Amino acid sequence: MKFTTTLIAATALAFSFGGAVVSQTKAGFIYVGPPTDFGWSYEHDQGRLAVEEAFGDAVETTYVDTVPEGADAERVLTQMALGGADIIFTTSFGYMDPTLNVAAKFPNVKFEHATGYKRADNVSTYSARFYEGRHVIGLIAGRMTETNTIGYIASFPIPEVVRGINAAYLAAKSVNPDVKFKVVWVYTWIDPGKEADAANALIEQGADVIMQHTDSPAAMTIAEEKGIMAFGQASDMMQFGPTARLSSIIDNWGPYYIDRVQAVMDGTWASTDTWDGIAPGMVEIGAFSDRIPADVQAEAQAAADAIAAGTLHPFTGPINKQDGSVWLAEGETADDGTLAGMNFYVEGVEGELPQ
Amino acid sequence: MDFSTLNPVALIASLIMAATPILLAAIGELVVEKSGVLNLGVEGMMIIGAIAGFAISVETDSPWLGMLAAVLAGASLALIFGFLTQFLLSNQVATGLALTLFGLGLAALLGQSYSGMKPPSSLRLDIPVLSDLPIVGEMLFRHDFMVYFSLLIVVGVWFFLNRTRAGLVLRAVGENHNAAHSLGYNVVMIRMGAIAFGGACAGLGGAYVSLIRVPQWTEGMTAGAGWIALAIVVFASWKPWRVILGAYLFGGVTILQLNLQALGIGISAAYLSMTPYLITIIVMVIMSADRRRASLNAPASLGQIFHASH
Repeated sequence: MKFTTTLIAATALAFSFGGAVVSQTKAGFIYVGPPTDFGWSYEHDQGRLAVEEAFGDAVETTYVDTVPEGADAERVLTQMALGGADIIFTTSFGYMDPTLNVAAKFPNVKFEHATGYKRADNVSTYSARFYEGRHVIGLIAGRMTETNTIGYIASFPIPEVVRGINAAYLAAKSVNPDVKFKVVWVYTWIDPGKEADAANALIEQGADVIMQHTDSPAAMTIAEEKGIMAFGQASDMMQFGPTARLSSIIDNWGPYYIDRVQAVMDGTWASTDTWDGIAPGMVEIGAFSDRIPADVQAEAQAAADAIAAGTLHPFTGPINKQDGSVWLAEGETADDGTLAGMNFYVEGVEGELPQ
Repeated sequence: MDFSTLNPVALIASLIMAATPILLAAIGELVVEKSGVLNLGVEGMMIIGAIAGFAISVETDSPWLGMLAAVLAGASLALIFGFLTQFLLSNQVATGLALTLFGLGLAALLGQSYSGMKPPSSLRLDIPVLSDLPIVGEMLFRHDFMVYFSLLIVVGVWFFLNRTRAGLVLRAVGENHNAAHSLGYNVVMIRMGAIAFGGACAGLGGAYVSLIRVPQWTEGMTAGAGWIALAIVVFASWKPWRVILGAYLFGGVTILQLNLQALGIGISAAYLSMTPYLITIIVMVIMSADRRRASLNAPASLGQIFHASH
């Protein structure tokens, strides 16, 4: 169903590459949703536009949107590589294996896979420490909820999403011991109807703050309609919930994309693993709503500043796993390896984590 | 397990909301199939309705005009299908699939400048007196206008097909187009009418998604609802009343699985997510188990090309 746009774009891509000037560096991007989703794919596209802005005619960028995760992605990537792309950004977790497979066939093309953990000589991975942002909005959520129930719309049970739930929960719990998280898995990155249904289900069961880890602003729209609170995800989403929106986690990919394209142009590109957070600006916290009391705003800002300064780690012990076993001892902080592969809930999160 | 937070009243209210777009699309497709035409382009017509309804609502600030635009857009797209299959005698299955692909692409193109906008507020209709009834009032009489309208359409379709002469003719065309033709009925024009109606209903269903259920525009936002509608027509064995049952059952299971997850029930979410589809398949198997009955219900000329050679 969704492959129409992909198909048309891929064809257009093949033609546009065919007729391009040789000296240009070509950067390709594939998105899991439309760049107009005002969420995840939108911010990646903003990053692409930042590359265009920075390099002007020296770089040509192309993108294919709404590419399903799986075999179809491999076809699109092959098409891009054949079309002469020098560097290709694959911007969703599910593109991991397709990226590796296609990269093996095109050793001279550089690949950059977002949020994954498999690398090769010509495949880098990059991600943002969204959990740092989750910590900040978790604090706000814990302070703001009146029903002590926070609804969480989750996409797929992968480490990145689980980490977000745990980080937000621990932060909320630290300021509000009575807080409860209700997690609903929708098994899609973008399906506005389903995201809206999930938001409604959570609201019916008493949630008065909604967090989401899906790509469309549907939940924000519903939160506004139902008069509860929510946070922008990946993008600010202010226009969808002028009253409901408390703050947001904004992904800022532009600087990273510019760096990497520059490295390709200079011939200095090497396979790396980048995981940046609030400090370098890859994760931004959106402006606080006036609804948040000044002291809570100050508390959230202080947390963000401390994370940026490196004096606060969102996962600092003592933290137990959901089954009660000890994960982090007093004062111990989580290492990146465990965080990158996080496949367990922390103590206090209810429900079973789908495996 | 604490079920006290599971509010059956709210559950039914959101069930109806999730089911209405599918119901609208399915009842339209039912009429099309009753006339002997299989249009697999429901998804494409829905998404065109979704963007047309959204765009016109935003431009005119009137949800009513938006709904009207969705009807017209869905019907226009359907008429392209009608022209190809009825006049140029193209294969219905291939043409229908192409219509879906075309609709999704065209809607994405048309919708580019409409992402991130808010439509005018939806058309709520609290039925006076009845909506004040405890429980039942909230459950059944506090919906938007389109919920009641979709049910009215089902009643109208039932009445038309089973109680009017025109409905009888339409069914005759679907059962045996050669016989209907030799009796002097204009098979092609009757089918064109049915196809346009099907498109109009699908368009309306799409507009329901973009104007009421989510209120926003996102590419591909109907997310497969058109295919579910097609399945529900078979599920209902081409009977209008059963379309309501099918659509509400599907909507119900979808909503229930999300609610059960929020309750923290100990079943893997993957199973819960597949239940609506699983139940649709199971019921379709049960329905078609009795071969004689199933074949009695399906319009005999369904999907066949009509060529007036004599």
